Amino acid sequence: MKVLKKLYWAAIILFLYIPIFVMIGLSFNRSKSRTVWTGFTFKWYVELFKNELIIKAFVTTVVVAVISAIVSTALGTIAAVGINFMNKWEKMAVINISYMPVVNPDIITGISLLLTFNVFKSLFGLQFGMITLLISHITFNLPYVILSVLPKIRQMDMRVYEAALDLGCNPRQAFFKVVIPEIMPGIITGFLMALTFSIDDFIISYFNSGHAQTLPIAIYAMVRRKVSPEIYALSTIMFVVILCVLFIVNLKDLKKEKRKRIKEGVN
Amino acid sequence: MSKKYISTPYIIWMLLFIFAPLCLVVYFAFTDKNGSFTIENISRLSQYSTVFMRSIVLAAVATIFCLIFAYPVSYFLSRLRASRRKIMLMIIILPMWMNFLLRTYAWMNLLEKNGLINKFFGLFGLGPFDLIYTNGAVILGMVYNYLPFMIMPLYSTMVKIDHSLIEAAQDLGANTYNVLAKVLLPLSMPGITTGITMVFVPSCSTFIISKMLGGDTAFMIGDLIELQFLGNDYNPHLGSAMSLVLMVLVLLCMSITNGFADEDTEVSF
Repeated sequence: MKVLKKLYWAAIILFLYIPIFVMIGLSFNRSKSRTVWTGFTFKWYVELFKNELIIKAFVTTVVVAVISAIVSTALGTIAAVGINFMNKWEKMAVINISYMPVVNPDIITGISLLLTFNVFKSLFGLQFGMITLLISHITFNLPYVILSVLPKIRQMDMRVYEAALDLGCNPRQAFFKVVIPEIMPGIITGFLMALTFSIDDFIISYFNSGHAQTLPIAIYAMVRRKVSPEIYALSTIMFVVILCVLFIVNLKDLKKEKRKRIKEGVN
Repeated sequence: MSKKYISTPYIIWMLLFIFAPLCLVVYFAFTDKNGSFTIENISRLSQYSTVFMRSIVLAAVATIFCLIFAYPVSYFLSRLRASRRKIMLMIIILPMWMNFLLRTYAWMNLLEKNGLINKFFGLFGLGPFDLIYTNGAVILGMVYNYLPFMIMPLYSTMVKIDHSLIEAAQDLGANTYNVLAKVLLPLSMPGITTGITMVFVPSCSTFIISKMLGGDTAFMIGDLIELQFLGNDYNPHLGSAMSLVLMVLVLLCMSITNGFADEDTEVSF
């Protein structure tokens, strides 16, 4: 039974990692061949950084991700605070509509926004590009921000806010000095979720980007041309970066846990 | 002034970019080029019924495979020590952080006619097999991309199951099958239903996986919709009708699985 369990684990992990290891291997392959190993090279990494299209797409991705994450976090946090004060029916209506982009397949969110922007285009001459890309990213990020902030507001003791008012804060001070710090963990989770979803999104951007290219769209263009080993180099770099980020985050957690354990040991 | 009004900017945004777009989909689905009411778009969909069926079947098969693979993983994961659990969870989720286009592209390489898998079989004098551009390849792509979506909800419900319940069942004479069918399965039902929707919905509506791994053989709803909006046969009215049907399909799937979950909680408590 134990052996079977180990075999199962090994099979699943192999399944998950084979494509990634193959890509990492091929990124160092000298020839363009996807199956024959002809020698070690860094050529594709150099070429990747010379590829203006990719660099530009990377910058676009980061700009869109950061702006949309900031805007959706601000808008979503304020919305969540307001939603908390609504009556039951208003709350239900707003939350249900807000979750539509989460429930719906991405392609439907994508084409529905495309239809809307087309209407704006004929009414106000709106052009597809950075603006439409930003609006669509903010739109699909908002539910995730609300989703992570709302529970924190529910958990919060509203009497603390009232106490701040009693002690002479005006509502704005009370909001920024009491409510915001209290719900900060939810805001940070929401922001990070928005950032990752925005960086990773392909489908919604694909329908609404016009001439602006994000990294996933650039990757799609490269994939369609079939043979371009720069993709492997790009994947490898992404994998290593993600690995490092997760490692650092986890290291922090582990340290925290260790400290906790030591403390418990002392008690 | 009521405090709820501070969410007004968001409400406006929501109505403009979430609510109105969905209304537009419905509007386009029931109108023709001149803007007059018609149900022709909907009735024309019958000629695409094979595509719809194929999408549903492929997505369903992929969902079943995901469930079969993910269930034991999630169970083993939930019974590990907390520190090791975290590491294993990380290992499973890590590939998810890669862009899914890149992951699918890697599978294209592996499955190709002279790809690595066929090369490997070639060593034993077998093949080459037709691996890519088949329904099987599309299902593989879906399972690979969405497996973590099944593992996560399953794991998070299973980790809450008290291990003494399983031990009690065993002490009272239940064999492995009985423990699974009468204890584990009912208690993990919420995770199963969430997992099913989280895998089925994106699988059913994908248009990249089918295009990259299925070629012309596995044309799916997503591909059809994409063609109506960005492809050669531009027709947003027909595309909206297709999207509307897809939306209904998704809602149906969710209400069915949620129904299962509700019934089950009623039975077990």
